[in-house]
Amino acid sequence: MSWIALQMLTGDRAKFFGIVMGLTFAALLITQQGSIFCGLMLRTAGQVADTTGADLWVMDPNVLHVDDVKPMIQNNLYRVRGVDGVLWAVPLYKGTARAKIDNVEGKPRQVIEQVILLGLDDSSMVGAPPRDRILEGRLEDLRKPDAVFIDNNRLQKLFPGLPKEAYLRENYHKFLGKEIEMNDHRAIIVGVCEASRTFQSNPVVYTTYSRAKGYVPMERKTLSYILAKAEPGRDPEKVAETIKRQTGLGALTGQAFADKTIDYYLKYTGIPINFGITAMLGFLVGTAIAGQTFYNFTLENLKQFGALKAMGASNGRIIGMILLQATVVGLLGYGIGVGLAALFGVMSKGGELAFYTPRILLPITGVAVVLICILASLLSVRKVMVLEPAVVFRG
Amino acid sequence: MTATLAAISKKTAPEACERRVAVEIRAISKHFGTGERRVTALRAVDWEVYAGQMSMIVGPSGCGKTTLLSVVAGILNADEGSVSIFGEEVSRMSDRARTRFRATHIGFVFQQYNLLPALTAAENAAIPLVIAGWSKSKAVDRAREVLSSLGMGKKTESFPNQLSGGQQQRVAISRALVHEPSLLVCDEPTAALDHETGLSVMELLREAAVKPDRAVVVVTHDNRVFHFGERIAHMDDGRIVQVEDKGPFRPASAPSTGGHD
Ligand SMILES: Nc1ncnc2c1ncn2[C@@H]1O[C@H](COP(=O)(O)OP(=O)(O)OP(=O)(O)O)[C@@H](O)[C@H]1O
Ligand SMILES: [Mg+2]
Repeated sequence: MSWIALQMLTGDRAKFFGIVMGLTFAALLITQQGSIFCGLMLRTAGQVADTTGADLWVMDPNVLHVDDVKPMIQNNLYRVRGVDGVLWAVPLYKGTARAKIDNVEGKPRQVIEQVILLGLDDSSMVGAPPRDRILEGRLEDLRKPDAVFIDNNRLQKLFPGLPKEAYLRENYHKFLGKEIEMNDHRAIIVGVCEASRTFQSNPVVYTTYSRAKGYVPMERKTLSYILAKAEPGRDPEKVAETIKRQTGLGALTGQAFADKTIDYYLKYTGIPINFGITAMLGFLVGTAIAGQTFYNFTLENLKQFGALKAMGASNGRIIGMILLQATVVGLLGYGIGVGLAALFGVMSKGGELAFYTPRILLPITGVAVVLICILASLLSVRKVMVLEPAVVFRG
Repeated sequence: MTATLAAISKKTAPEACERRVAVEIRAISKHFGTGERRVTALRAVDWEVYAGQMSMIVGPSGCGKTTLLSVVAGILNADEGSVSIFGEEVSRMSDRARTRFRATHIGFVFQQYNLLPALTAAENAAIPLVIAGWSKSKAVDRAREVLSSLGMGKKTESFPNQLSGGQQQRVAISRALVHEPSLLVCDEPTAALDHETGLSVMELLREAAVKPDRAVVVVTHDNRVFHFGERIAHMDDGRIVQVEDKGPFRPASAPSTGGHD
């Protein structure tokens, strides 16, 4: 009977595509919106992920997320170094600065941009982006006088109005040696690196801790974070606990801090609700289109099902046919929808769009599509169950 | 009309003892709806259908022909009474058992053909075999043979919308016969066809369907095909008012005015 079910399903191309399209749309919307949501959430913690080399983030106990900088006094650095299980601890400056660029490409034009300033420990450079994300220049050059690294994603923001090619990777070297004013202090670009886009999307500028301090002389406390490493063989989480207990500071592993940051955005911004609503709408619209089309499809075929029933096909077999039809359109819709979402993700790579598809999203989409199909076929199955085979004799 | 009445008045007496009862219905009543909408479609109907001949149910619109045929075919439960087909009491069977019984014993021909538009003629005709558990290829091969024997050999791979009404009805008849049922029920098989085509479909039914071990029941209000009926139940208002046993078929060219021959 299954071949009959399949031929019935694909016999009318237009209707068949209609059903598959509805499910594709639902799957696409859920996966795509879900991915943008996850991408955006990951962005909020992007700077934590960018910071490599350290296990632990130590901070003021009241810090809520990575951008919620609450500077500490310098003495805390030495206290953390003294905690049992800490191999080393280095300072990290994180703050904002005003970058001013005169004479962009010789034009008498001035750009003033708020940038995120990261000051790395002068000697160890802990907190620098990983090597493969340094696209131009050498990290060691950061020790040269007035040296800074800038973020490749935001070149256009700092140096607007250049021809498009100027922002391509092969031309990054042309930015080396350019001068920026950081809070009225001279800075020279010695490298271009890839920094995770932050939630606010400001350019990121890397320099050394001591120079960062120089850029912000008015601030009395400049120790934003302490990055620390647990001794080999020690569980970083346990060491974090010890730091908390002994110093009264906040201490978290990188992962925990990223989670805490994402949690903050989940709880205190309306973002999840908004995206949830869109994904929900996708589900509803998908259900409406696919469910409705599928249900209509069954209704239109009711007479045929009635004829099959009269000819001795049991309810079970007819339900089997409907479920098979639902499964086929469900799988197709799911596959195409997720595929399109992936394509969308690939195409938007490197652009402004935050897009990240965690693996869990795929089963979620799958469950949603299955739900739609079950809903649609339940309605259809009910209709077929109560169908009197005698209808076949009615004109 | 006068011809028919004359025929009623003079019943040909068949050799009753030799006929094998195929369907026996006793005191069948059927109502539809409730309260003010309640309609009585069948009122304590008794009837028998014999194997080896074509029985007909005729009568005005709404008199209960289709309802009676549905009960005879085991696709509608009567409110009261009993139906037995070749000795099996279908009115007492569970739904499942009755469905299984239909699959093996009954063939259907509908006014609107009810072919599946997405299936070819051969695939359509193969459905009863598929329901009986045959593989697709075996069933379709057998269906092609049946179609060929009914003059549709060249159209086995056509889809219903590529066929004329008469051709579609031939496919439907092939489908009804492919599994060699012992009872064939047809509701207004000629109503959607022009006169000529209708006659040829009836010819086909008489020649291909009627067999010593098979009963054929045709509902019709098309008086141009009445002469195909060998045993005719005249219905009115939910009752069989007259049963006419005309005996073996005589060609329409010799009007069954009785008396004169
Ligand atoms: N499912 C149903 N629900 C309600 N009433 C019904 C139903 N089926 C039949 N009836 C009623 O039962 C009566 C007999 O109907 P039936 O279809 O058996 O008549 P018929 O003799 O086949 O008529 P026609 O020649 O128009 O096909 C009619 O009054 C009809 O309206
Ligand atoms: Mg009728």
